[in-house]
Order: sequence, then structure tokens, then C-alpha cells
Amino acid sequence: MIQLLRTLGHLTVDGVWQVGFATRFLFAMLRHSGPSFARFSLTIRELYFSGVLSLVIIVVSGAFVGMVLGLQGYDTLQRFGSESALGSIVALSLLRELGPVVAALLFASRAGSAVTAEIGLMKATEQLTAMDMMAVNPIARVVAPRFWGGVLSMPLLAAIFSTVGVIGGWFIGVVVIGVDNGTFWSQMANSVDFREDVVNGVVKSFVFGWAVSLIAVFQGYDCTPTAEGVSRAITKTVVYSSLMVLALDFILTSFMYIGK
Amino acid sequence: MTTNPHSADPVVELRGVDAGYGDRLILSGIDFSVRRGQLVAVMGGSGSGKTTLLRLVSGQLRARKGSVRVFGESLEKISEKELYALRRRMGMLFQFGALFTDLSVFDNVAFPLREHTDLPESMIRDLVLLKLNAVGLRGAATLMPSELSGGMARRVALARSVALDPELIMYDEPFAGLDPISLGVIGQAIRKLNDALGAASILVTHDVVESLSIVDYVYLVSQGKIIAQGTPDEIRNSPDPFVHQFIYAEADGPVPFHYPAPPLEESLLLEAEVAP
Repeated sequence: MIQLLRTLGHLTVDGVWQVGFATRFLFAMLRHSGPSFARFSLTIRELYFSGVLSLVIIVVSGAFVGMVLGLQGYDTLQRFGSESALGSIVALSLLRELGPVVAALLFASRAGSAVTAEIGLMKATEQLTAMDMMAVNPIARVVAPRFWGGVLSMPLLAAIFSTVGVIGGWFIGVVVIGVDNGTFWSQMANSVDFREDVVNGVVKSFVFGWAVSLIAVFQGYDCTPTAEGVSRAITKTVVYSSLMVLALDFILTSFMYIGK
Repeated sequence: MTTNPHSADPVVELRGVDAGYGDRLILSGIDFSVRRGQLVAVMGGSGSGKTTLLRLVSGQLRARKGSVRVFGESLEKISEKELYALRRRMGMLFQFGALFTDLSVFDNVAFPLREHTDLPESMIRDLVLLKLNAVGLRGAATLMPSELSGGMARRVALARSVALDPELIMYDEPFAGLDPISLGVIGQAIRKLNDALGAASILVTHDVVESLSIVDYVYLVSQGKIIAQGTPDEIRNSPDPFVHQFIYAEADGPVPFHYPAPPLEESLLLEAEVAP
């Protein structure tokens, strides 16, 4: 019993300590973010690694999610004879929820894990210390550009995910099943509000981008510098980011659409 | 036992320094100094605190007690900016080179130049090729670190650590895991660089033969204390039993071969009883 309490207390203290350390880390990183923008080529490189290289998984997943939405949406709607609303269902589901959330989950496992692995291995092989010894701050030179690369690519990836998803839904609904093309698009245009749906979706993906990128760079920077430590850090990045994205999604949704 | 002859301003000076991590005290009562032009070896067994000494000098670790002065400045309450200013005058070679794996050999050596100077790319190119030439690897400029052997990587790292012509160069186990030829090449390069740059160098190592043949002065560290110091000849002829054991690589002596344990018979008997 005492042992259980002790373990529980230990875990709590450890957790609080970690959150505090991550917060200090975030401020240190923001303070050293100058070079990420002054020398934007550093960030461009990370945009390529985090953003462009995630495109394949984002586009393929977006297409499949859209196609499934087309099938499921049509199946449900036609029971009420309202299959003309398929365009609205597909677009709203993607813009409000599935685009930002699924893209963020994919981004965490594709790009977040890669960032953690890269920073963790640089730490394990003393590259970060070597940089520090050359009077180059590794937070400014290595960590911050990767963070901003992730923050900037996330909304773009979510937007691409939603776009491809809408095309996938259209393909199934209109081309395969035969819903009227004009109805599909006009229903969508009528029901999607720019401020309510599009902007809120972008805000979500921006927040997720911060969360996933911060977790990824922090876990890499904070990892135990051994092979085992790096692999644990990668696992933590994927698990913590996914949980964080889902929790943040609930919080953001409840603020954005409350009472509407 | 002699003391290291000090000039008016030593490059590195430690006085009565204690240092450690967390609850563990790694070094205690360290007096240590290096002056310009001197190549000093810090020797000792694994875990004796040699690397911690380097971390103190490079400002990665603050002393618990005593004073650490580098280039005449105290590292006690130094700000990050001032520390970085000092580090621009230092070079450090890491045990396994610590080359940036995403950059080519050329870009690795160019890294400190690009970060700290506004030199035009043509001049950086010349400087990098000269540094690489000095370690015999001008032809390897376009290779990636993953394509290098251990010895070559160490030489590239050496070229990178002296890219800005430092006044103080630190080597952390530069000989670890090298074949005899690479070992000799690195050893000679360390000596030549020190003399050519007129720098002060600290060589942390447990390779006795190679180090004694190139250094000017030796500190022997054991269990966090400096137990002997002197010129290589003084160390070789030291009557101290520990120094003798270390220099002549004897298995048993003041440093026991066995980790503390109950007598062997007892251990074996115990295990026989436990086994089914």
C-alpha cells in the first residue's frame, strides 16, 4: 500500500517536473527562434523534411478517408432520402474534424517521430555538445528550425488532406454511385461557412502543429542518449502527441461550436 | 614530484576544484594548469574523472568549489554569451568525432567558419581545403561521415575543431578504438597542430605509450584526485606503485584486478546450494 502511494507520488512529481521542464524548454526555444527566421533556409530544409516528405501518406490517407466518407455518408443519407446532402457531410466532416485531427495523427507518426529520432541521435553521438562547444547554440540551430518547420507544415498538410478527401468523397459519391454533380457541389457551397468551418479547422491544425512539434523536439532533446533512450523517446512522441491531439481537439471543439 | 612550471598567464588554471553530478562527487581538490604552447596529457583509468575535467575547462560543467580560469577569465559566474565568446577560442575533439551526420566532410569543416565569420564562400573553400590537407583528407572532402573509417572521421573532426585556429584545444580520448597506424597519425597531428598554432592543448587519454611520446607534461588522475604529475620522463621513472602499475599496464597492484567480492569458494558454494 505504502509502496503504491510512493509510486503514485513519484509518478506525479516526475510528471509535474517534466511539464515544467518542457515549458522552460519552450520559452528557451522561442527566445532562440531568431535564426529560424533570419536564416529562413534552415527552416525551409525542415519544411521539406517534415512537410513535403509527409505528402505521400497525407494524400493517400486523405483520399481513402474521403472515399469512406462518401460510402458511409451515402449509405446513411439515402435511408432518409437526402443523399443530395452528401457534399455537405463530406466537406464538413473533413474541414471541421477529420482533416486537422487525422492529418495531425499521421504527422505525429511520420514527421514527429523522425524529428525526435534525429535530435535524439544527434544528442547520443555528441553532435549537440560538439555544436555547443563550437559556440553555436543547438537550440537555435537544430531544435527551433525543426519546431517551426513542423508548426508551418501542419496547417498546410491538413488543408491538403481535406482537399484530397473532398475529391475522394466526390469520386465515390458522384462518379461511382451517381449522385448529381451539381447538387453535390452546390450543397457543399451552401453549408460550408468560411469563418465557422474553414478558419476553425485551420486554427485547430495550427494548435496541433504546435503541440506535436513541441513534443517531438522536446522528447528528442530530453532523451537518454543511448539507443534504448532514443527508441523510448520516439515511442513517447507518438503516444503523447496522439493523446494530446485528441484531447486538444475536444477542448477546441467545445469552445468553437458550443451552443451552436 | 614537481609542479607544472607556470608562466605569467596560464591558459587554463584550476585551483582546489571539486566537481560532480547530482549526489556524486567526481573530482576533488584539483590543481591543474596549462600554459601557452604546452601539450598536457591527463591520464587515468576509465571512470577516474578525466572527461569531467574537460567538461569543467570547457564550461559544460560548473565547479562546486574552487576556481576555474580560462584565458584569465573565471568561469564561475560567466553568462552564456561570454562563455560562447570564450568557446570561439577553443576547439574540442570528441571521442568518436561527433561529426554532423547530415553534412559532408567539407561542410562539417566549414561549419564553424560559416557560423562565426562572414568570409566569402571562395575563401571558406580555400580554408577548409587547407585544414583538410593538413590532416591528409583533402581528397575526401565530398564524402559523407558514414563513408569514413573511424580514423578518418577522427581526422576530419580534428580539422573541424581547429578550423577557427583556436588557442586552446581539448582532445577527449582521441586514440580510442584506432589501429596503430591511425593512432600514430593522430598523435603526430596533435603535436604538430599545437606547435603550429602556438596553442595550449589538453589530451585526455588512457593510451600511455603514444601520449608519453608526444606530450610535454602529464597529470595522472585516479578516483577523482591528481595522484602524480611531471614530465613524461619523470612519470616513466616514478617510484610510486600506482604510477608504475598504470604506466607499465600491470594487471594487479594498488589497483586490484578484482572488483570487491566475497572469496571465490564462498560464491561458488553458495550457488551450488541454491541450484536444484
